[in-house]
Amino acid sequence: MAEIITGLTFYLFAAVTIASAVMVVGSRNAVHSVLFLILAFFTCSALFVLRGAEFVAMILVIVYVGAVAVLFLFVVMMLHVGENRLFQGVKRFGVVGVLVGVAVAVELIIVITTRAFRQDTPAVAANPATADLNVTEALGRILYTDYFLLFQMCGLVLLVAMIGAITLTLRQRDGVKKQSIPQQIERKRDEAIALRKVESGKGIG
Amino acid sequence: MAITLEHYLVVGALLLTIGLFGILLNRRNVIIILMSVELMLLSVNVNLIAFSTELGDLTGQIFALLILTVAAAEAAIGLAILVVFFRNRGNIEIEDINSMKG
Repeated sequence: MAEIITGLTFYLFAAVTIASAVMVVGSRNAVHSVLFLILAFFTCSALFVLRGAEFVAMILVIVYVGAVAVLFLFVVMMLHVGENRLFQGVKRFGVVGVLVGVAVAVELIIVITTRAFRQDTPAVAANPATADLNVTEALGRILYTDYFLLFQMCGLVLLVAMIGAITLTLRQRDGVKKQSIPQQIERKRDEAIALRKVESGKGIG
Repeated sequence: MAITLEHYLVVGALLLTIGLFGILLNRRNVIIILMSVELMLLSVNVNLIAFSTELGDLTGQIFALLILTVAAAEAAIGLAILVVFFRNRGNIEIEDINSMKG
C-alpha cells in the first residue's frame, strides 16, 4: 500500500514538473514563465524528498525559489519584455530544432532503459550514507572536511559573480548630487568662504 | 509500482530535452533562454540525486550543491548582462542581437 502511494506521488510530481517545464518554454507571457519555473523547482524538490535527499531539496527551494526565481521576476518586470512567441522561429529552425530535440530525448531514454550502465559488481561508495546520521549531518561532515576546498571555491565563485553583477549594472549618472568625501575634505577655507565688506545702504552689488 | 532509478533518469532526460527545445526554438527573448539553461541544470541535479541515493553515496549530493551555487552565479551574471544590454539597446529581442555578426 505504501509503495502504491509513493508511486502515485512520484508520478504526480513528475508530471507536474514536466508540464511546468513545458510551460516555462512555451508560455507567451514571460512572467508566467518565471512562475512556472518556480513551480518546476518546487515539485522537483518534492521529488528529491521522495528520494530521501531532504537537505538538497530544501536548499533547492531556498536558493532557487527564494533567490534566483525572484531575481528573474524582478528583471522580467523591470525590462520591457515582449510576448514570447515560441514558434516564431519554426520557419527557420523548426525542423532542425524538432529533429535535434526528439533525437536527444529518444537517445537518452534508450540509454537509460537498456541498463547499459549497470555494473555486475556493486560500486564502492566513496562517502557511504550511514544509518546513524541523518542526511544533513552526514553531508555537513564530508562537506566541511573532504570537500572543503570545493566549498571555499564555491564561495569564491559567488563573490566573483557578485562583484561582476554590481560592476556591470552600476552606472554613474550625471546631474545627480552625491556626497564626495574626498572633495569635502580637500576643500580649503579660501575657496569656500569669501569675506566682503558691505557698506550700509548699498548691499552686495 | 516501485519507483526505480530509471524513473528519475527519464524525468531528468525529459527536463534536459525541454530545456534544449527552449534554447533552439526561442527566437523572441533572452530571458526564456536563461530559464531554459536553469531547467537543464535542474535535470543534471535530478540525475545526481538519483544516482547518489541509489548507490548510497553522498558525493552526488555534494556535487548537486556545487551545481546549485554555479547556477545561481550564472543567473546573476546573465541577468546583469541582460539589464546592461537593455539599457543600451532598449530591447532584448534575439533577432536584434547581431552586432557581433561578421
